[in-house]
Amino acid sequence: MQRRQFIQTGASLGALGMLSGCASIGGGSSAKVVVIGGGFAGATAAKYVRMWSDYSIQVTLVEPNPTFVSCPISNLVLGGSKTMADITTPYDNLEKRHGIKRVQDMVKHIDVEKRVVHLAGGGELPYDRLILSPGIDFMYDKLPGMQKAGAQDQVMHAWKAGAQTVTLRKQLEAMPDGGVFALAIPQAPYRCPPGPYERACQVAEYFSKNKPKSKVIIVDGNDDVTSKGPLFKKAWAERYAGIVEYRGKHVLSDVDVAGKTLKFEFSDEVKADVLNVIPPMRAGALAVNSGMATANNRWCEVDFLTFESKVAKNVHILGDSIQIAPGMPKSGHMANQHGKTAAAAVVALLTGKPVNQQPIYNNTCYSFVSSEDVVHVASVHAYDAEKKTMVTVPGSGGVSAAASELEGRYAHAWARNIWADVLA
Amino acid sequence: MKHSRFLIAAVVAAASLAAHAQSADPLTVRSWAASCSNCHGTNGVAQSGMESLAGGNKDEMYKKLIDFKTGKKPATVMHQLSKGYSDQQLEAISAYFASQKK
Repeated sequence: MQRRQFIQTGASLGALGMLSGCASIGGGSSAKVVVIGGGFAGATAAKYVRMWSDYSIQVTLVEPNPTFVSCPISNLVLGGSKTMADITTPYDNLEKRHGIKRVQDMVKHIDVEKRVVHLAGGGELPYDRLILSPGIDFMYDKLPGMQKAGAQDQVMHAWKAGAQTVTLRKQLEAMPDGGVFALAIPQAPYRCPPGPYERACQVAEYFSKNKPKSKVIIVDGNDDVTSKGPLFKKAWAERYAGIVEYRGKHVLSDVDVAGKTLKFEFSDEVKADVLNVIPPMRAGALAVNSGMATANNRWCEVDFLTFESKVAKNVHILGDSIQIAPGMPKSGHMANQHGKTAAAAVVALLTGKPVNQQPIYNNTCYSFVSSEDVVHVASVHAYDAEKKTMVTVPGSGGVSAAASELEGRYAHAWARNIWADVLA
Repeated sequence: MKHSRFLIAAVVAAASLAAHAQSADPLTVRSWAASCSNCHGTNGVAQSGMESLAGGNKDEMYKKLIDFKTGKKPATVMHQLSKGYSDQQLEAISAYFASQKK
């Protein structure tokens, strides 16, 4: 009898962590997770913390926007083949299906010692663990002309999909045939490495069909195209010959908004009819102001097993705001992977289970070189226990052999699937 | 009696260790598999235009992944992604998706 009891006890040893975890969050005193930021990383983390805790951990998502507007596919709104409605998804499934409490507000302050989030609207949200996914903000202090009154209402970045996307599209529609669109790209690292080059293709296609005498001038702060270079250059040479002109090594120093002119450190200025300035960027202001952007005061350093901040205990930082590992892009796909990795770690830490020591995940990034034809770059990233960071797996990954309509269909399927994985 | 208790404890512990060496922790495998859901849907239940993996045949899925990896089966992306995972990881991921509800 004693033997049998003991065997039963022994057999349940493996589940001990889970049992003690359940006890610690059961009995009406559930663990609380607050997620700040409902983008690709934050919304994913919110959903997966609920799913992977069997809906036992309470999750509150703080996001100022009423709906999710996707940056991926937003360049197609500029090109004219997609609408804002196509890239907009409501948050209500996170509430209805997953029981996430959504708070539409901004965060004023994080009290890391007391583990309380203070909302701009006056509310307070206590947490056991905080997931901070603040996205990026722009360093307009590097561009004096952009800090003048009204400048940021006239020259779009359109690098956070939304009202700026709509305004830039209207500016392109209003531009006369024979006009010039100038696109300034910041030095890496920035959100979505191939995004600016895809945008150039989208605007060029719109011009080729509607305003064939117009030009796209790409002025790139980097030495050369930072992602899928040969594929983009082939598209510009073959599909948009005479429309797209690429100029590397153009580090933007200022913008003359009234004169519609871009100024550079070492190169001749560029005058255009429509300016699109993607400024240098850093982690979202909340992370910077909270002292969590420890890398060059720009990006947040994290432990890649848990995504916990290197300086703020119980705060997990995700997405484009982090100091990336070597070869890791700042992308929506990657942000979604951060969200799941952090969710698994947060659930494990709150329920007394071991944290996964072998994270491995991938990135697939599709770019539309026209409204139908697409190229991709893919990579696989695994944790290196010695280097304590994620590294790209040798021999994995790569780019498309050529642009294709088949990959165009996969790109749209990718978007439908990732939006659902984040929000449905 | 105490001796036999200790013996059983040792046997249980050894068996647990052996099992661990052979197959990865289920929660680790769940995280590996979740890295596929960006394209193939949460828990492998895909939206239109992409293959659902949930409830598929484990052996067929594993063979397909190995064929992608070796280049036997042509692909746009999967030949590049499958090369990033070990055969054991691909097998564990296949088993995970096979066990999910369609």
